[in-house]
Amino acid sequence: MIYNIPFIAVAALVLIGLYAVVFKRNLIKIVIGITLIESGVNLFLITLAYRQDSTAPIWHGITASSNNVPFMSLPVPHALTLTSIVIGVAVLALMLSLVIHIYRHYGTLNVNKLGGDEE
Amino acid sequence: MSGGMSKIVKTISNISFPLVLIYGLYIIAHGHLTPGGGFQGGAVVASGCAMILVAYGSIWTMGKIKEKHLSILESLGAIAFIGLAFLGLIFGFVFFKNFLIGEGLIFDNPALGLSDIYTAGIIPLMNFAVGLKVIAGLFAIVLVMAYATTKKEAETK
Amino acid sequence: MNIEQILDTLLRHSPALIVAIPLLGAFLTPLISKINDKVRNVFVILTILATNFFIFLLASDVFAGNIHTYVFGAKNLSIPVVRILFEVDGLSAFMAIIAGILSLAAVIYSWSFMKENTGLNKFYTLMLLMTAGMLGMMLTGDMFNFFVFLEITSIASCALIAFWTNKGKAVEAGFKYIAISAIGALFVLFAIALLYAQYDALNIAVLANNIQYTFLDKIALVILIAALAMKAGIVPMHMWLPDAYGRAPASVTLLLVGATQASLYGVFRVCFTLYGSQLNSTLRNISGTTITLNSLLGTIIVILAIVTILIGVMMALKQIDFKRMIAYAAVAEIGYMFLAVGAGLTTLGTAVSMNALKGGIFHIINDALDVGLLFLVAGAIYYATKQTSLNNMGGLARNMKYTTVFFLIGLLAVAGMPPMNGFASKILIYESVYQVNPVLSIVAILCSILLLAVFIKVFHSAFLGPEQPDLKDVKEVPKSMLIAMGLISCIIIFFGLFPELVVNNIVQPAANALASNTSYISQVMGVI
Repeated sequence: MIYNIPFIAVAALVLIGLYAVVFKRNLIKIVIGITLIESGVNLFLITLAYRQDSTAPIWHGITASSNNVPFMSLPVPHALTLTSIVIGVAVLALMLSLVIHIYRHYGTLNVNKLGGDEE
Repeated sequence: MSGGMSKIVKTISNISFPLVLIYGLYIIAHGHLTPGGGFQGGAVVASGCAMILVAYGSIWTMGKIKEKHLSILESLGAIAFIGLAFLGLIFGFVFFKNFLIGEGLIFDNPALGLSDIYTAGIIPLMNFAVGLKVIAGLFAIVLVMAYATTKKEAETK
Repeated sequence: MNIEQILDTLLRHSPALIVAIPLLGAFLTPLISKINDKVRNVFVILTILATNFFIFLLASDVFAGNIHTYVFGAKNLSIPVVRILFEVDGLSAFMAIIAGILSLAAVIYSWSFMKENTGLNKFYTLMLLMTAGMLGMMLTGDMFNFFVFLEITSIASCALIAFWTNKGKAVEAGFKYIAISAIGALFVLFAIALLYAQYDALNIAVLANNIQYTFLDKIALVILIAALAMKAGIVPMHMWLPDAYGRAPASVTLLLVGATQASLYGVFRVCFTLYGSQLNSTLRNISGTTITLNSLLGTIIVILAIVTILIGVMMALKQIDFKRMIAYAAVAEIGYMFLAVGAGLTTLGTAVSMNALKGGIFHIINDALDVGLLFLVAGAIYYATKQTSLNNMGGLARNMKYTTVFFLIGLLAVAGMPPMNGFASKILIYESVYQVNPVLSIVAILCSILLLAVFIKVFHSAFLGPEQPDLKDVKEVPKSMLIAMGLISCIIIFFGLFPELVVNNIVQPAANALASNTSYISQVMGVI
């Protein structure tokens, strides 16, 4: 049961993030919701890498042919998570710059009060 | 945000900025052996630069460091990364090939006794290129955002 | 070394060079733009021309029947597949040709269209980045690499949509686009992580070989199709499309059409190649009739496509803004592609299916060219008159003769009239979809006629008619915009006059790649 807690946390993060994106009206809260979904997916990727009683996947000065190679967790999801975090930083920076422009133009951050004269 | 903070904050950030810089560069340089690498170390250094930005105010920082210099640094980092990939194509006949590994050059030759120092090929060089790009890029983002909100305050006042 | 060996080496490395050359150009553009503006424009056009050369070189070899793979960082594949792999089969080469033509036309068009704007070195950098992202999405053989290129394309295109930052509406459209794109891409990553967790592989060929239809695979299939269809503009997830297409600069809209079709390519790759071996598996047995996965999936895709066509055409009828109307017509055209491929999926394995697949794939390139030409004409009108609403235009045919001719060509092509290329692909779609279900074909023909009516109305009100007093001194648009529109028109007329040539040589390999995924898998697994 205790090994299922990270997956429950992933589901909770993604659902809270979706709730914030769909039901909140402030632009900054929508951006925070997207960041929460991204954190949930990153946590899911990291959780997939765990093997029971494993150590970090780093060679500590031993060669590959020695007999006491430690039991390592998978390194590929670590690389995938890192790429995803970098992409998340770029998307976050872009969204916040657009929010600054929108605030400068319309004077409000409420989604219902932006634009909307065509459909 | 536009003016700086008090003298105490400026002094402490003067003292701690070199420490943050060295820590970030250490993470970049040892990326092929320990956890870390280009993006992680670059983010640490960029947060140190953001500390300087907050302590001294965005107007003073914008006067000292122009955004177009950061743009040139960022382009140099990106060109170095893609250039190393193309060098892999020219010297190793495969794009992105690690052409410095196992070639019997200085660091791979066991007879010279240096083979414990540097055996990772072009990976640390790519780490430096990515680290430079991340430092310049993240610092430019934070600087421009701070400067943009300064002008917004000035307009509403 | 003689010419043969040089061409052979270039051919061997072309999948990597196609993505690497725009990337290198994008990073060099800020440095080169310090010299001069003209030098930067020429450099960008040369980069795109070099990319197109490699695309055509690769495509000419792939259409002859060989699938090309390229392993990054090692000479050969090894057991197990750990390296990133680019695998180019008929469908990938077909989409790469579309991306190449669209990017060339967009860059030539931007020379004069964006001349008075500032910050142009960022504009060209982002255009080259977006081209590299689109081409990477189409050529890759690795699921996580597909996600990375999908995000690169979304970020670059969002920054380009919001390029006119002095207008609040463009920035708002850009924010809407990036919010929806980011959520869609994050769910695609979630589905890829689900597939990785089960099979310990990220390579499409390895996954397609090992996939069994477990419960988690069903969840991953639904998430992948829904998120990628959202990026492709299928109703009811199309809300970002009219805003993003309507408020971006015209050459950016041209590239956005390419990016949307790259996401459509992603849907087809997931349905046909990744889950290809499971498509014949029986889901349920209801009183004698077996429901297989391909019939259920095909039926759902056909229903979504019909709704897309209907809503696209009906919303296009009531628009006043010129570019928004063309955007809704683009939504309807994507519905046609989806309809044909869905009908092909329903009857997979028969001759009807091959015709439907050929019609759908041929319509991809036709729609990109036709709708792209219409957007370029709308941009030309905006450049000359600074108006976007149809209420304020009239009598433009007197002063802008070439633009009128190009609009007429685009109008006939979108509505499916001979001798344009739209007729060739739409007749294939009508014929093959009729044999699946006659009602679908009738709806498709009716909506095509409605599209013709919409655009005839636009043509009459904007180009014909009396001259408006405040539009008296509009001039013809500059030469580079005319060259770009002329390039696309020539290809449209050529495809319309010789459709047999195009279908047999270019579309047939792509349809073969969709119909069976065994050659795709054996290219990777046969080595191991």
